[in-house]
Amino acid sequence: MRFFEKITDYDFLGRRHSAMLVSLVLLAISAGSLGVRGLNFGIDFTGGTLVEVSYADAVDPVKVRSVLAEAGIDSAIVQYFGTSKDILIRLPVVAGQASAERSTAVVQALRTPIDEVLAESPEGGLQQCRSMDGELVGDCTVQMRRVEFVGPQVGGELTEKGGLAMLYALIGILIYVAIRFEWRFAIGAVVALVHDVLITLGVFSVLALEFSLPVLAAVLAVIGYSLNDTIVVFDRVRDNFRKMRKGSVVSIMNHSVNQTLPRTVLTSVTTLLVVLTLLLAGGEIIKGFASALLVGVIIGTYSSIFVASPAVLMLGISREDMLPVPKEGVEGDPLP
Amino acid sequence: MRNHTPWWKWLIIAVVIVPGAFYALPNLFGDDPGVQLRGARGARLGTAELDQVQKVLDSSEVKYKSAVLDDRGIRVRFATTDVQLQARDLLESRLASGTTVALTLLPAAPDWLSRVGALPMYLGLDLRGGVHFLLEVDMQSAVRRAEDRYVGDLRSTLREAKIRYQKIGRDGSGGITVVLRDPAVLADAVDEIRKTLPGLVIADAKDNADGALRMRLSDNEIEELSEFALEQNITALRNRVDQLGVAEPVIQRQGDRRIVVQLPGVQDTARAKRILGRTATLEMMMVDEEHSLDAALSGKVAPGSKIFRFRDGRPILLKKRVIYSGENIVDAAASIDTQSGGAIVSIALDAIGARINQKITGKNIGKRMAVLYIESKSTIKTDVNGMSVKDADGRAIRIKQRIEEVITAPVIRDQLGKRFQIEGLDSVNEARDLSLMLRAGSLAAPVEIIEERTVGPSLGQANIDQGFQSVIIGFALVLVFMAIYYRVFGLFANVALALNLVMIVAVLSLLQATLTLPGVAGIVLTVGMAVDANVLIFERIREELRNGNTPQASIHTGYERALSTIVDANLTTLIAAIVLFNFGTGPIKGFAVTLSIGILTSMFTAIVLTRALVNFFFGGRRLKDLAI
Repeated sequence: MRFFEKITDYDFLGRRHSAMLVSLVLLAISAGSLGVRGLNFGIDFTGGTLVEVSYADAVDPVKVRSVLAEAGIDSAIVQYFGTSKDILIRLPVVAGQASAERSTAVVQALRTPIDEVLAESPEGGLQQCRSMDGELVGDCTVQMRRVEFVGPQVGGELTEKGGLAMLYALIGILIYVAIRFEWRFAIGAVVALVHDVLITLGVFSVLALEFSLPVLAAVLAVIGYSLNDTIVVFDRVRDNFRKMRKGSVVSIMNHSVNQTLPRTVLTSVTTLLVVLTLLLAGGEIIKGFASALLVGVIIGTYSSIFVASPAVLMLGISREDMLPVPKEGVEGDPLP
Repeated sequence: MRNHTPWWKWLIIAVVIVPGAFYALPNLFGDDPGVQLRGARGARLGTAELDQVQKVLDSSEVKYKSAVLDDRGIRVRFATTDVQLQARDLLESRLASGTTVALTLLPAAPDWLSRVGALPMYLGLDLRGGVHFLLEVDMQSAVRRAEDRYVGDLRSTLREAKIRYQKIGRDGSGGITVVLRDPAVLADAVDEIRKTLPGLVIADAKDNADGALRMRLSDNEIEELSEFALEQNITALRNRVDQLGVAEPVIQRQGDRRIVVQLPGVQDTARAKRILGRTATLEMMMVDEEHSLDAALSGKVAPGSKIFRFRDGRPILLKKRVIYSGENIVDAAASIDTQSGGAIVSIALDAIGARINQKITGKNIGKRMAVLYIESKSTIKTDVNGMSVKDADGRAIRIKQRIEEVITAPVIRDQLGKRFQIEGLDSVNEARDLSLMLRAGSLAAPVEIIEERTVGPSLGQANIDQGFQSVIIGFALVLVFMAIYYRVFGLFANVALALNLVMIVAVLSLLQATLTLPGVAGIVLTVGMAVDANVLIFERIREELRNGNTPQASIHTGYERALSTIVDANLTTLIAAIVLFNFGTGPIKGFAVTLSIGILTSMFTAIVLTRALVNFFFGGRRLKDLAI
């Protein structure tokens, strides 16, 4: 089977101005949304407490909230998580409270009205409860599934570290590509990556999806993926600059993008197959991560065709820049 | 031309694949419920203990699958969790006190595998369930304590040097101030302090004109102090965790003032928090019976005495001098008093404590001695938005709380010695926690939990199931797609992909790197991306065929030309993965690890292995066209 019977001859580079317009509009929307709405940061970054519990039967979040309020835990955001038996409770950081203890308080507050206290529970098994007067009742009605507490001092650091990580990744890539190719290619690659990252973040901002630590990891993976795509195209451009003696710079680049097109499309297909699998079968926790990858892979594929090469072109690449450097000292100067 | 794989390349493939498959093998077996035993305070267990364990289990007819001794302790495996619980209770009651008996899950793989280091992958807490804490050590409090010590040292130093002082004290804002009687001897005092207490830095002389010397701890001293506090805290935490009975706890320092504590399988997080974070100790004081409590309550407290309160709020007047404190306690055990039915803690003192106890109780029969419980807590001050409030130097401001409660104040009936008991505790649990803390040693500086990630076992299992399912589905989809798109060559790529999965599992098992849920996602992503190398090669071969080259030449050129592209593309992705690893905390690191391993193994399987397969099936033949 083939998607492409022969090497295509689309004029990708000729459409670079329209592509630039599309990218600029997307970037403007992303930057605007990031500036005005910002990102919906998860507790990894803001600090706070998150408790996921699962009930034996379906439960009403409004009731859960009132149970918590009765126990003196207000300002809790209570919502379903996946199913009507699973409940997610979020608590913001509250001034002057010993916050690590709050998650414990939440679970106990939910168990107290139904007369349950945690008893000793074996590793790998369900949590066992006993009643207040000490009788064992077996599996707890309220099972604690997950607790995440992030103190305010950790959250702030993470935002800084995350930004720095992206910066370091970009600098590392800039240097590698500059050494292996040429500085114009390095800048072209980084422009495409910044483009991808900004638009992926933009989508998260516009849709107000939660930006958590795994999402940040996905964005960094997108950098890796998009770069992979871009490098393959650049590699072919370099190859063709050396091989094809005739033809303008634009036509050589166009030809290179067309030559690598089957591979670009194919790899995107296989990657999207697994990303969609993660999104649909990976469970609630991995959803944000998979969404970021989905957006990033699509944008990354687009950018390696429509952004990276045009950027290199606009930086004024010429064939001479890519020819092997003639070795100095071979002809003239005898050794001293 | 012909494409032929030299024998040494086949050898390399065999040398990689065979051990790979071997090391991936243990993952096919599940877990058995088991118990892990470790000696008190890290003492090693030997064959004698192993014999004893086997005897204890045999005598009560508790059936076990195996009992093994290694450098991590004794591990016994059982068929069911019921037997496991029964055995734990049995062993706990029969073995020497201090031996930790922890419930755990043990790999069910046969012993000969683990003996050659073939272990299943090490699952992260988000997959196996458990608690992760990040603790921050309050270094300011450690510095303050050191300053208190220096105030004492300064007093004795100046006294010995016959330099008279008006007062010596710790400043509220940090630092120590000494006010001399006679400003004329200032220079002598400075010399003396510099000579005997080199850890102090004295501020410039022009500030000292009023006869006051301001000094602070040197940076070097603070650094040493912090280092010591951190190490001491790690030791104390390790002792405490041992008491909790966790099979494979991880306690590591992170940076210069943080400690990571991971407790796999722990379900009662409340107890874990209570025990890790508390800085509780006891002090023994005499009750002031010469002065009236009512007078003290109305404001006339006798010098040397102070009002304290019982837990129920009743006041009591105590003499401030501490007779001995928690530092003199070497052992503590909780039990129930057979006569009263109340909870008690039996305490054993060290030689110094015992001597003091003997002397004081001997002299004071008929009088009352109080046991004071002291707990200090420190939390970060936050503003209305929940962000930490910082001082001028950018350090977070902390709020200190000191809880002082009199547990009991009994009349001394007999002369006491090395051992005695404390009554008056609210519950058995409280007695157990208090005895644990006294036994495990106190923290050098208070700690605060600044991050907690707990995953319950049901979610852990769900994560494993869903992760496994994603890998299988994603893998199957890619297999089908490749087989349809590239026909026979697609099958070669699929063999490579399957072996790539085996290799990732093998490397993860061999390195015992932590596999987390994002790590599983990384494997799934690798499955999608690993075929990229084959796609690159196969498209190149198709191109060469289109250009009119013979099949054999196309195969040859296709592999050769694609190689540098694959290396470039994968190395740049690896850069991103390495940055991710260095930045990442726990789960993110797991993702970076599987992604990096996947990139490296896929380069081997996609290039070397598929080439060998292609050569084997097509290399020696005259071909008209290729099934690609």
